[in-house]
Amino acid sequence: MRKNIVPYITNLIGVLLIFAVFSLLFGLKVFGKSTLYFEGICTTACYTIVMVTSLNLIVGCMGEFSLGHAGFVSVGAYTSAIVSNSLSGKGIPDFGLFLIAILAGGIAAGIMGILVGVPALRLRGDYLAIVTVAFAEIIRVCFCNFPITGGGKTMSGILKLSSFSRSFWVMVVCVTVMYMFVRSRYGRTVKAIREDYIAAAASNINVTYYKVLTFTVAAFFAGIGGAMYAHYMTAMIPTNFNFMYSAELLSEVIIGGAGSLTGAILGASFLSSLPEVMRQFSQYRMLAYSVVLVLVMIFRPVGIFDTWEFSLTRLIRKCAGWFGAAGKTKEGK
Amino acid sequence: MTTANNAPAPVLTAKNLGIQFGGLKAVSDFNIEIGPSELLGLIGPNGAGKTTVFNMLTGVYRPTEGSFYLNGERMNGKKTHQIVDAGIARTFQNIRLFKKMSVLDNVKVAMSRELKYGLPQAIFRTPGYWREEAKITARAEELLDIVHLTGKGEMNADNLPYGQQRRLEIARALATDMKLLLLDEPAAGMNPTETEELLDIIHFIRSEFKISVLLIEHDMSLVMKICERIQVLDFGTTIASGTPAEVANNPKVIEAYLGKDDEEV
Repeated sequence: MRKNIVPYITNLIGVLLIFAVFSLLFGLKVFGKSTLYFEGICTTACYTIVMVTSLNLIVGCMGEFSLGHAGFVSVGAYTSAIVSNSLSGKGIPDFGLFLIAILAGGIAAGIMGILVGVPALRLRGDYLAIVTVAFAEIIRVCFCNFPITGGGKTMSGILKLSSFSRSFWVMVVCVTVMYMFVRSRYGRTVKAIREDYIAAAASNINVTYYKVLTFTVAAFFAGIGGAMYAHYMTAMIPTNFNFMYSAELLSEVIIGGAGSLTGAILGASFLSSLPEVMRQFSQYRMLAYSVVLVLVMIFRPVGIFDTWEFSLTRLIRKCAGWFGAAGKTKEGK
Repeated sequence: MTTANNAPAPVLTAKNLGIQFGGLKAVSDFNIEIGPSELLGLIGPNGAGKTTVFNMLTGVYRPTEGSFYLNGERMNGKKTHQIVDAGIARTFQNIRLFKKMSVLDNVKVAMSRELKYGLPQAIFRTPGYWREEAKITARAEELLDIVHLTGKGEMNADNLPYGQQRRLEIARALATDMKLLLLDEPAAGMNPTETEELLDIIHFIRSEFKISVLLIEHDMSLVMKICERIQVLDFGTTIASGTPAEVANNPKVIEAYLGKDDEEV
């Protein structure tokens, strides 16, 4: 394993290119009057990607079902909203305020992840799924009753801090960090626990510790996603974060392919933008989700991408192989 | 079970170890002493409680009576990973590999404890991260060489043939840097050539790592060939122990075990 800087730079250039394309589209107002609307959809996609990839850590990497991800999202959303509201007008620049708010949201959700994870992760499979559902419901009911969160009414007047470019870069950072997590000893260990927890324990692994750690990291990023959500929507009500929202996130993971970050990203961006693009059919959204989910389960139970990951360097190498002379291709990485 | 023949302190001592599942006494009064770099065989008919003993010694089950010590340190009540950390590693009778992971990763997982990098280093990919990863990758490849799996590192573990999967389990156990290796029927389902290869590997491991081995095995020819001492279990109690020759001629053993298939021995 050699330290090789080239793939990192290639990927950075790739991300910059994507960003440039989108910025150009929005900057030149290609969509005319609806530019702002499309920018909104893309922002939605950005924070959904963060939420779905974080859920993918639990479902794909750890192999456990969490049906309470909306709970962590809402903790992040409300905490960040409260933090940014109380800090606004204190001379902190918008961008700084945004960073503080999302970090606060992430940390609050992360702490919640520890609190839930320590007792709940003794359970596995369906039992854990039920506990996570219960947790999300408890959180929702709490937010319905706390005066500071609007007490069941809409909490409005949250600063609009999530622009497309900010959300995009936060998303890039979050996904990169999660990718590094998965591709380090942590991801390796958690995958081993998924494969066989008895053998993992017999291989000198503290199973509980690694499960709680992963759960906490996932909760942290769900909180960040929630914080971006709050500062994009500027108003929210606890019922936004009900069971359906958790189920929606989970189906995006399953359809994309549990264990594949690529799948989570594409699943999230398509499924979050599709209902917006086809607004007139929006009441059929949950119906369409279930149909798609059933079809995926029947025809491709591993999800569309399984554990396959898109790699820019590999693509470039392949292209070089197609175009370039057959000679210098088989070296890289 | 008093073999105080030569002086060195035993690596593993079990005293009156027993476990009860509800009303069923699966193992009772199990005593064992394994000296440094000794190879001890644990045999007995099916259902005699051999694997239960292994599960107690590795913390999968908690013994309901008695206690066991590794190098004088009391082990019962500890969790599996703590026991492994102290130095008891095992393989499984029904192979338990991390199937959807590469062969190399299977071994590297067991070395996580040796890695000296934390979350920040992993996320920022500091030089320390690369150094540590390179270190354990090299070590894992060495272990794969030892169990004759050179060059299979990138394969998925479940794509390996059966005998190689068993050897991979041994490599994974070795990666935990243990003092006592528990092998649960390592030759089960192997053909004679593979068994022969396994014998070589066990010999090599013992001379290379200076570890003690406790072996459960049904292949009598293998047990008789490599074990220095043998302990025989039947219905959860020890019925005999001694050198292979002594055990093979023990009437109790013949009655309980070898009597059924003496033409095989």
